Amino acid sequence: MSAPSVLYDAPGPKAKARNIGYTVIFVVALAGVAWWVLAEMADKNQLDGEKWSPFFTDSQIWTTFILPGVQNTLMAAALAILIALPIGALFGIMRLSDHIWVRWPSATAVEFFRAIPVLILMIFANEFYFNFTDVSADQRPLLAVVTGLVLYNGSVLAEVVRAGIQSLPKGQTEAAQALGLRKTQTMTNVLLPQAVTAMLPAIVSQIVVIVKDTALGGAAVGFAELLTRIRPISNNYGQNTIATIVIIGVVFIVLNFIITSIASWLEKWNRTRKKGSGATIAPGAVDDMATGRAV
Amino acid sequence: MFDFLSEYDVLGVFWVTVQLTFFAAIGSLIWGTILAGMRVSPVPVMRGFAAAYVNLMRNTPLTLIILACSLGLNQTLGVTLGGEGVDQLNFRLAVLGFIAYTATFVCESIRAGINTVPVGQAEAARALGLGFTQVLGIVVLPQAFRSVIGPLASVLIALTKNTTIASTIGVIEASYLMSEMIENESDRILLVFSVFALGFVILTLPVGLILGRVAKKSAVKR
Repeated sequence: MSAPSVLYDAPGPKAKARNIGYTVIFVVALAGVAWWVLAEMADKNQLDGEKWSPFFTDSQIWTTFILPGVQNTLMAAALAILIALPIGALFGIMRLSDHIWVRWPSATAVEFFRAIPVLILMIFANEFYFNFTDVSADQRPLLAVVTGLVLYNGSVLAEVVRAGIQSLPKGQTEAAQALGLRKTQTMTNVLLPQAVTAMLPAIVSQIVVIVKDTALGGAAVGFAELLTRIRPISNNYGQNTIATIVIIGVVFIVLNFIITSIASWLEKWNRTRKKGSGATIAPGAVDDMATGRAV
Repeated sequence: MFDFLSEYDVLGVFWVTVQLTFFAAIGSLIWGTILAGMRVSPVPVMRGFAAAYVNLMRNTPLTLIILACSLGLNQTLGVTLGGEGVDQLNFRLAVLGFIAYTATFVCESIRAGINTVPVGQAEAARALGLGFTQVLGIVVLPQAFRSVIGPLASVLIALTKNTTIASTIGVIEASYLMSEMIENESDRILLVFSVFALGFVILTLPVGLILGRVAKKSAVKR
């Protein structure tokens, strides 16, 4: 009989009994914590039916508060990824240039924007637009959020693009050179198309990071995304703070779970399809020591 | 040109950032290791719990977790974590939120590290008659830790940047002071931004470089 894991033997009668013991202890401990939380919540009237029922019976709570929030969150995330992708591709390719005066500026920019927090990028962008442009006050938060996200994620995507191109077998470049293609032609006709499929999983999982980071916009610059709906909902529906936090958390988790599933499906598709190099940049594979990855 | 900086406690707020990072890093290293142990344990309930915890936490925005600590745990349920005064209370709530979130990334790094340890190591340990906790604690984890210093350094750097989110619940750290300064000194916002950006570069760059060197030195040569 083969062991279920290399770390432990297939359990015999004694180990089975012991595992059941651990299971019981663990479940009791979990139940204890859950009971304490529920008791505290009941004590503070957070379990009352009318605090939770609006989410299931009252469609207004969704149409006035939650769905517009989701819409803003997704809009900021979509704008950010659409703008960050070409910028990231450009800087990623520039970092691979043969010319040092192209390579260095792009490397500096990429490393700089990866090293500083998105939150202070957003705060700065907001104030910058306020002082130096005449963007209207309703547009400014969205613009600031998207700017912060683009600067940060553009530099992360630049690293993804660089890793994607470097993951291709060297023979691809050599064959292109043997055919007499120029450097630009090699990049646009041979390397990039293959690298894009290798990069897809990493790019899609970067969207999860972007969706999560839009939540910073609400706190930093007052962008009306999903999280800013917590207070108005709990004020309108009898201080149901915990119920609101839980429901909004679930909305985020469902959104991100869908995106993560697409990313891992793409990764599997890359591994198993017959065409192409089979190279794939797994989500989170770009893990540069100097600046840290997008967590 | 830099005179106005002396009116603000820039070093002080960066010290708060360092403290937030330090306590959250220690806590998430411990909790993350426990989670990783649970994820590979022979007890199905523990595996299930750890997997569910990691997947749920990782897909939740950190801002929501921090807000839940403040609005939910503290203001609604009355948890104070023994903190006296608003500053200490918010600081502890933020550290709790950071630990809950960052531990999931520590757990996934360590789990990846466990996979890099050759199968023969665990098999040899089992052949010697060691049980699961001994195999993991004496043989596999020490080797796994040496190979995950690099990824853990990345998590630490990300955590340093994430501590700015503590400002959303009123912890007075770097980004909190920056948003205050940038409003007061609206004629030198570029300077203010540069000071804080430089502060974060100074905090994160050496960590990456030093731990990168440690990672190379300590990696198990195979």
